[in-house]
Amino acid sequence: MSPRPMRSPKLPPAQHKRPPLIWETVILVAIIIVCVFPFYWMVTTSLKTHIVALEAPPAWIFEPTFNNYSEALFKDGVLRTLFNSLIIAICTTCLALILGIPAAFALARFEFRGKKDLWFWFITNRMVSPIVLALPFFLIAKNLGLLDRHITLILIYLTFNLPIVIWIVTDQIRGIPFELDEAARLEGASQFTIMTRICLPLAMPGVAVSAIFSFIFSWNELMFGLILTRNDAKTAPAMAVSFMEGYNLPYGKIMATSTLIVIPVLIFALLASRHLVRGLTMGAVK
Amino acid sequence: MRGRVSRLTVLAFVAPAVLSLALVGIAPLLFAGWTSLHFYNLTKLRRVAFIGLENYQTVLGDEVFWQAVGRTLFLLGTALPIQIAFGLGVAIILHRPGLNLLKTLTRLSLVLPMATTYAVVGLLGQVMFNQKFGVINQLLPGPGINWIGDPQNAFIMIIFWDVWQWTPFVALVLLAGLTMVPGEVEEAARLETKSWWTILRHVQLPFLIPGLVAVLILRTADTLKLFDMVFTLTRGGPGAATEFVSLMIQRVGFRAFDQGLASAQAIILLIITIILAQIYIRIFYKEV
Repeated sequence: MSPRPMRSPKLPPAQHKRPPLIWETVILVAIIIVCVFPFYWMVTTSLKTHIVALEAPPAWIFEPTFNNYSEALFKDGVLRTLFNSLIIAICTTCLALILGIPAAFALARFEFRGKKDLWFWFITNRMVSPIVLALPFFLIAKNLGLLDRHITLILIYLTFNLPIVIWIVTDQIRGIPFELDEAARLEGASQFTIMTRICLPLAMPGVAVSAIFSFIFSWNELMFGLILTRNDAKTAPAMAVSFMEGYNLPYGKIMATSTLIVIPVLIFALLASRHLVRGLTMGAVK
Repeated sequence: MRGRVSRLTVLAFVAPAVLSLALVGIAPLLFAGWTSLHFYNLTKLRRVAFIGLENYQTVLGDEVFWQAVGRTLFLLGTALPIQIAFGLGVAIILHRPGLNLLKTLTRLSLVLPMATTYAVVGLLGQVMFNQKFGVINQLLPGPGINWIGDPQNAFIMIIFWDVWQWTPFVALVLLAGLTMVPGEVEEAARLETKSWWTILRHVQLPFLIPGLVAVLILRTADTLKLFDMVFTLTRGGPGAATEFVSLMIQRVGFRAFDQGLASAQAIILLIITIILAQIYIRIFYKEV
């Protein structure tokens, strides 16, 4: 090995042999543009009149109008479907929390036989393709007269919300020192009291993140909404798709509806952005 | 002993979740099992009849079904390597020191694609890739490409959107891995060598492996599930060029109304998924 020259200690090592910052800046700006451009295009298309939207090549500068929004929201009933989506997402999230938190507490705190298998089963649910459930669920709902009802979607969304809640909250509760539980036991507290009074308040960040995830997944879901609803319980994504019929598609209106659907999730996702990776990988990556 | 509680207590905490998940997750599956053993067509409900394993025989010998499975795996095999390559590049750049404000901005904009409603991605695809008034053809030189109507181009378009939506996810997962590398170790390695490849291969890779495995598991599951984006973008067309396995089952069940056959396909897909999930999970997720 050839002897290396001594480095001057004043120079921080990171400064050695870096490509000029200008290139890094260019690449970063390019990444941002690629990520954001489709949203820019969605919003601008939603502000175009039907005629401008069908111009070829597409116009970049035009006079914006909010007609697509008012028409979609009030004439075509998008407002009602947004409201449906909101009710369904909130209800299914609350239900997933109510059912999932005790199970998460048990998985984090109790020792019992079959615990590992139970946990595998909860997680495996995340892997199952929704179409596998959609077929039988459709037939069952049809026979029970549950098609086009909010409750049907609220229940079926549990298949992906419950595993998410259980994973994230279990992980969070495990981080709480066991000594707190033991101290409470000595005071004579029941396990239920320990869960609600000690673990739950400390696990709140995890609970909040899992709630955000559950909301985003439910709000974004299309297939079940498409198959299990018609009018009364129609969700916003299913509504956006129903514009896609015929030849002269109302692109402005479709993009206006899309914008209305996407904005709430983007806000939530940015709020939870620090936890997004952890949530999407079910905690596999911290 | 720590965590020793009575059986009844365990049951009280776990039962609500288990029962409800069984109700919405397992009961329908049992019903699908029952349907798959019958001739069950939504337009001929009077003629529901037990036919044993005939539907399974049909599916197992059905070229169209296996083509859809093959197409799905092909999508995974093309999109995932691109996502990992780009994602790794983005992660390495974000991991370098300096330009902090711009990097924070980049990280925030990376969050946007993966939170976007799948159905909206498909609708956006329709608008941006339209042959006549789509912005993609405007930005590309040459005559307008027919994206949606051409089998090969439609597939490329699906790959494009899958890569757009999930490269950020891969990037952020790998970035999380890079930040796990202890600073001193990385500094020491940088004094030894100037080759970023050597550092990546010998210093950083061990920390990236868990993330890469997680990406592999989740992208496999999500590709088998892929429905919303393709449904809104191409409906599986043109022809069957982008008909992935979930779309195919949906078509057989709800557009050809053959619920018996579709259920058999769904059960076979479930078996494929469970085998993959078990292999993956046992390799990756460690003790509870």
